[in-house]
Amino acid sequence: MDRILPCLAGLLACLALEALAEAFPSTYQAPTGPPILLQNATVLIGDGQRLDNASVYLADGKVAWVGKGDVSAHARVVDASNQWITPGLIDVHSHLGVYPSPGVAAHSDGNEATAPVTAEVWAEHSVWPQDPGFTRALAGGVTALQILPGSANLFGGRGVTLKNVPSISYQGMKFPDAPYGLKMACGENPKRVYGGRNQAPSTRMGNMAAYRSAWIRAQRYQADWDRYNEAVTDAAAAAEGDSSGASVASALLTNTPPRRNLELDTLAGALRGDILVHMHCYRADEMLTILDMAEEFGYRVGTFHHGVEAYKVADELAANGVCGALWADWWGFKIEAYDGIQENIALVDRPEGGCAIVHSDSDEGIQRLNQEAAKAMLRGNRAGLDITPERAIRWITSNAAKSLGIDDQTGSLAAGKMADVVLWNQDPFSVYAKPLQVYIDGVLRFELGNPALNPQSDFELGQLLGASQ
Amino acid sequence: MKSILLQWLMVAALPATMTVHAESLLITHGSVHIGDESAATVQDIYIEDGLIEAVSTDLSALTADRIIDAGGRPVTPALFAGITALGLSEIGMVYEAVDSRLNELYTGLMHPEFDVRAAYNPHSSAVPVTRVEGYGYTLLVAAPGDRTLSGQGSLVRFDGGFDSFEGDSALFVNVDGYSGNRIGGSRAAHWMLLNSAFAELSVADDDLTLISARGKAALKSARRDGIFVFRANRASDILQTLAFVSKHKLRAVISGAQEAWLVRKALADTGVPVIINALDNLPGSFDALGARLDNAALLNEAGVTVLFTSGETHNARKLRQVAGSAVANGLPYGAAIAAMTSLPAEVFGGQPRMIAPGLTADLVIWSGDPLDVNAAADLVIIDGRLDSMKSRQTQLLERYLPSEIGLGRSYISP
Repeated sequence: MDRILPCLAGLLACLALEALAEAFPSTYQAPTGPPILLQNATVLIGDGQRLDNASVYLADGKVAWVGKGDVSAHARVVDASNQWITPGLIDVHSHLGVYPSPGVAAHSDGNEATAPVTAEVWAEHSVWPQDPGFTRALAGGVTALQILPGSANLFGGRGVTLKNVPSISYQGMKFPDAPYGLKMACGENPKRVYGGRNQAPSTRMGNMAAYRSAWIRAQRYQADWDRYNEAVTDAAAAAEGDSSGASVASALLTNTPPRRNLELDTLAGALRGDILVHMHCYRADEMLTILDMAEEFGYRVGTFHHGVEAYKVADELAANGVCGALWADWWGFKIEAYDGIQENIALVDRPEGGCAIVHSDSDEGIQRLNQEAAKAMLRGNRAGLDITPERAIRWITSNAAKSLGIDDQTGSLAAGKMADVVLWNQDPFSVYAKPLQVYIDGVLRFELGNPALNPQSDFELGQLLGASQ
Repeated sequence: MKSILLQWLMVAALPATMTVHAESLLITHGSVHIGDESAATVQDIYIEDGLIEAVSTDLSALTADRIIDAGGRPVTPALFAGITALGLSEIGMVYEAVDSRLNELYTGLMHPEFDVRAAYNPHSSAVPVTRVEGYGYTLLVAAPGDRTLSGQGSLVRFDGGFDSFEGDSALFVNVDGYSGNRIGGSRAAHWMLLNSAFAELSVADDDLTLISARGKAALKSARRDGIFVFRANRASDILQTLAFVSKHKLRAVISGAQEAWLVRKALADTGVPVIINALDNLPGSFDALGARLDNAALLNEAGVTVLFTSGETHNARKLRQVAGSAVANGLPYGAAIAAMTSLPAEVFGGQPRMIAPGLTADLVIWSGDPLDVNAAADLVIIDGRLDSMKSRQTQLLERYLPSEIGLGRSYISP
């Protein structure tokens, strides 16, 4: 009973929650290092502010202060004159590890394309930590990323947020206490994959019917757990002395907890808001339909991914507090991507409360999120939207952190947040910009031109030695 | 390339009482990259009847129908968009709208006579989408499928013409591991088939087993006047290609070439250019274990001609970023400019694409560094005419940018 009592404070389905929280826990721990003082840089805070000729102080794995403050005599001092500092970049949509390099068939671990609803699978169980793509993304300044299942299925499974640190296991990369994501997909992909096999869904209306049926099952599952947990509460109260008839029934009910179901665990978690919904959706009309469905079942869509038509519904997304994780310039590869425009990100950013994010979905794009943001900023400015670097950096830092539910821990250089920091050779919004140093939790994890700080995956060891023998 | 002095002489040759043609255009104070490796210089450019008539530091004495002050902004020849299916592929996954590959016809025969130019459509929305970003031409691809010879294409200009092809026929050949696996399980099968096909060129028609009589004629013609684009990434495949090219005295280019830096001396010795994606830096396959960001820089330093392609069709406009990335990783800036402007035309036999008197006036005024992601094409000029700078995408923007929408956005007609 002791283990259950803390749940009585009001959390529903605490048994299920507790089980989930304990599964495959993060083993990531940042090594300790000396405090770091980065001096005289142009600093983009990540929250819309910019400081010129400013310093950033990192201590105990956290941002201690930006601007002015106390410095330990043991601090390592970096002269960052003429250089720029930003928070570590965050990619909310990556398939590193689940579609790793080399892209051989046996490495294709991102789509459990055997049924349209596979909410029971977890992307982390497919992640190969030796994917060389992680190291390339680190060199591009990416300090955290969400690994998602692919979009073959309506419910693709759980996504996981990782710290971009080399490790033997994904648990060693797992972002401590980050919420899980639920990957869902609209439109062409699920109906093509399953319609092509002459099974449901083969149409967009088939997509909707299958989502709704799954949510109905998840609601029932949640209700079963709620009833069970109420019975546990009631029985606990009875054990304290109040022995009513109802509590006898409750005590009996506690003997038969609902059967745990991996698929419905995840869906119910999304209904409760513990698991954040990441919805692959291209067309504006489909996004609005999905928002209506979320209303019907009482859950929140956290972020629409890809959203090449998001600019058509930018006001509706902002009003609903939904982020748009978007590309700078992809279009035309399928008909639901036909209306893509390069101003998409800037237009989603425009309304009050807009939450625009630059995402990659690519092992190449993740290496240069800054350049993708630069392209989007340029297009916004050419359309007259007046977007500054300090505003645009939010698209690859704080807004991304918000989408992943980790904005209280990282995504900006606010004092007390994780010391996830990139030092750039220049204004990052350029093809010539490169990270000189990348810090994760205050630890220098990458340094340009320093072989000792350029991690290499096991896979890349010993390649191309043949010709030199 | 004409010297500055020669350009001056050509200006001087213009009659003092010159009558201005209806189609004349004067661009002043451009920071002009003429299209070779030289640094930009501030120049005026005079254009008449679609041709560049004069390039000089001061043409202010001339009048023209239209004068555009570039105000120090960079001016380049209209860019090369890489190897693409522009005008061949309207939407990537709409199969009936893609004509760049030969899929279902496979008969066991090789089809060097398959020519994608017959399918080219200048009205594809992807053409203006690319043109307004400063691109003036591309190499049409016969896309690789499961075959060794995938067919022919050539350069095409984005001047709106239905048959604006130029240059040599380019025959696309695939010798990599991926396609090798689809033709019998080995890349050695590529060489088996290619050796047999070339052997058949010298035997009687009725003995043909790999190619039809028309195919044989096409292959012979390509060997005589065309250029072979071999897709190969692994160093050993590149060396096999160079040996084959030498044996059959082919003009050739190697595309992909991710491990080309490993065999750069051999490439330089044979003079075979490469066309690469300078963003490739992952071991995406076992053919590309040596992929690295300074591939272009190392090749250039060794004397290899380097061109760029992104592998994209709809987003071919990304190629500037590819070239800029090569510069960020050590390629001299001038080499990148030449690779994006004049060099592809030279390699694939197109008309010269430089800013020089007598040449076609396909050029672009940029808002900033044409190789950087923080600049864009301000004005595109094709055949001496100002492009409308409109595309389906600019019109979508015009429809969705306003906040006052009246009866609805469907009533906003850009």
